[in-house]
Amino acid sequence: MATILAVDDSASMRQMVSFTLKGAGYDVIEAEDGQKALDKAKVSSVDLVLTDVNMPVMDGIELVRNLRTLSDYKFTPILMLTTESAGDKKMEGKSAGATGWLVKPFNPEQLLATIKKVMG
Amino acid sequence: MSVDLSQFHQVFFEESYEGLDVMESALLNIDLSNIDEETINEIFRAAHSIKGGSGTFGFMEIAGFTHVVETLLDLIRSDQFVMEPDHVDLFLRSVDCIRTMINQLESGETCDMEIADELKVAFELLLDGDQISGVSSDADVSNGGAQEENIGAKGWQIYFKPELDILRTGNDPVRMFRELSELGELSTSAVTDEIPPISSIDPEACYMAWNLTLLGGATEEQVNEVFEWVVDDSELTITPLLSGEERGEDEPEAVKVKESAATEMSKSALEPVKETVVEEPSELQISTATAAKKTMVNTPTVKKEAKTESASIRVGTDKIDDLINMVGELVITQSMLSELGKDFAIENMPKLMEGLEQLGMHTRELQENVMRIRMLPISFAFSRFPRLVHDMSKNLNKKVELVLLGETTELDKTVMERIGDPLVHLVRNSLDHGLELPEKRLELGKNETGKITLNAFHQGGNIIIQIIDDGAGLNKERILSKAIENGLVTGNEHLTDEQINDLIFLPGFSTAESVTDISGRGVGMDVVRRNIQELNGSVEVESTEGEGSIFTIRLPLTLAILDGQLINVGEQVYIFPLVSIVESIQSHDQMIHRVSGGCDVLRLRNEYIPIIRLWEVFNVKPEYETVEDGLLVIVEGDNIKVAVLVDDLLAQQQVVIKSIRENYRTVNGVSGATILGDGTVSLILDISGLIKLAGVGRDSYKKINESNDNEAA
Repeated sequence: MATILAVDDSASMRQMVSFTLKGAGYDVIEAEDGQKALDKAKVSSVDLVLTDVNMPVMDGIELVRNLRTLSDYKFTPILMLTTESAGDKKMEGKSAGATGWLVKPFNPEQLLATIKKVMG
Repeated sequence: MSVDLSQFHQVFFEESYEGLDVMESALLNIDLSNIDEETINEIFRAAHSIKGGSGTFGFMEIAGFTHVVETLLDLIRSDQFVMEPDHVDLFLRSVDCIRTMINQLESGETCDMEIADELKVAFELLLDGDQISGVSSDADVSNGGAQEENIGAKGWQIYFKPELDILRTGNDPVRMFRELSELGELSTSAVTDEIPPISSIDPEACYMAWNLTLLGGATEEQVNEVFEWVVDDSELTITPLLSGEERGEDEPEAVKVKESAATEMSKSALEPVKETVVEEPSELQISTATAAKKTMVNTPTVKKEAKTESASIRVGTDKIDDLINMVGELVITQSMLSELGKDFAIENMPKLMEGLEQLGMHTRELQENVMRIRMLPISFAFSRFPRLVHDMSKNLNKKVELVLLGETTELDKTVMERIGDPLVHLVRNSLDHGLELPEKRLELGKNETGKITLNAFHQGGNIIIQIIDDGAGLNKERILSKAIENGLVTGNEHLTDEQINDLIFLPGFSTAESVTDISGRGVGMDVVRRNIQELNGSVEVESTEGEGSIFTIRLPLTLAILDGQLINVGEQVYIFPLVSIVESIQSHDQMIHRVSGGCDVLRLRNEYIPIIRLWEVFNVKPEYETVEDGLLVIVEGDNIKVAVLVDDLLAQQQVVIKSIRENYRTVNGVSGATILGDGTVSLILDISGLIKLAGVGRDSYKKINESNDNEAA
């Protein structure tokens, strides 16, 4: 089964995302900031990355940039979780190499629909 | 699949409280003349997370309000707005407001929006009108606008030329086509004109374009959504297939379009592309707004559940890992012992002893670590003080520096929750009555800014919390005269400085000349002391006039376990909390005095201590009835010393406290019970209760010492 790396500094969001994805049969690795996500991505095989943008230590955009420099993650779908007011962040993320985004707030159904869009 | 979001509410509440605490302390520390980027980022991130979470979990009241807060913070963060002291206060009030709202949601109430609306107006005045879009106005968008305009269309003709780098962003045209094919009947045709000669080809780039025909009832919105992430960087044209066409005729029509598409359509593409870009945000907003509405409808049912949810605790993974390790050790020891027990031979005795020793060690370690789970750093209790001191000093026109020490000192969660109020009271007291006004301080040659220090540290199985101020100190004369006035003491007794200071903890004592807004809230120091004693702790004050006071709170690390001294009276085994024991002595005749009123006292180093015969109080049959035969354990409770007559001292051990009140009912003189190693139940004695029960309270204590003083005189 596909493995998803879920990155968010908010524990409740992480739990919600992780619970939803696990319920749909995905394996989930959680990380609470970009740096931790990067460390975990290096040692595991991840099929999709789902990352928050605003995080301490390393933000989501920096994470995308860093992931794209790794040969294993050159083409891996990376989705950003952004808020609707952060239009410029979407573009910044895109130019850093993000695949797409999911607008917060989202509900579990929307999350799964978006994941399905990428994972088939 | 439907997910019950209410299961995440508690975590959300907790992390929101934490976020609010972060915001608050960052706001209090902010240096407006030189705003630190990381500080403002920290505040922004906290607000942002609360907004995101509240939106996700359906708390739109909070999401709406936090949105304006966040918007202003974002402007400050990007240097588009200059923060002034008034704004700090506005943010602080918003923090309070959000905290209250979350509190209300947590207890299943509806949010009181009065203050939020008021603050929101203040924020909106600061912001330019058009900058406040987002959540608040999104919610106003009626879903009437969400109707598709192209219901009549038979399908869509799509030209899609992705940017060269599309694959390097993790997007995949094939994936999009698959998604499209789920919306209807899809036929694709690739445009390969722009593929360069093989020598100059970049294998990771995408040189192709596609002409797609989608038949069926898909809306333009649905089609747009497929290309949502790539529309900005790609050439995309979506044109409706004319209605009225027969299904059978669609195919050739599409082919015709295909032929000219590569050249013509990409030229004419510009206009429609713009159109889709413009349309997109409004569609996005609508979808979020409807999603929000949906979740809002759900909240009433959710709220009921939230009430019954038990409090949770966040534990560091290192603690959990330690526990798992230890359980592993325990399992190994257990299997070793059971192996040994299979056919036990006496020569294996040393091995058994060794195994049992290990078992004992692991159990102890496990116990300590399980206790650590409930331990939180005291910073949780300290965190509210910067704000409190900030607000209070403003009200009182005093200048105060607050110093927090030992913030990482860990303390049981329950103890922490219950020590909060007494601490607040003591800090208020120090600020209000302890510290002098700036002018007065200058007059006295002190630094204009007063200092309050909160210090926490561990000391021999206890946690000590000190509230230290460099204010005026306790005025002993005033305390004494007030105490005499209130009939708490008579004028002709010799009281040490310590005893005088201690009078402030007596019920009905208050020296404040006028009841101020700050500490005159009907709660006296006696309540502080009682609250602390309920936690098996104690509070004392040391004070030097003109130099300040130190209030010292001593608390057990946990309420679940007690260091006990086992004693026996006849066949009964009782437990004294070890902290309350001063000493144990074997008395002799000369030390015992009988005073009027039928109370025996023990004279010990010029102090007269009432004697309590435990067998008499609890009506059990002792081995030794007289003071001379038994042992006297001197214990202290409520700052009164008593000598308790027991038969013998047994072991000292840690005991697990079981509540008697919960399992039976309140029993005077007993604070709880425990189960001993041999399975018998033993009562844990409550010293202050015992003193009351035996009728040797402060009055008789006073009388004894008075009468003896008189005798001596």
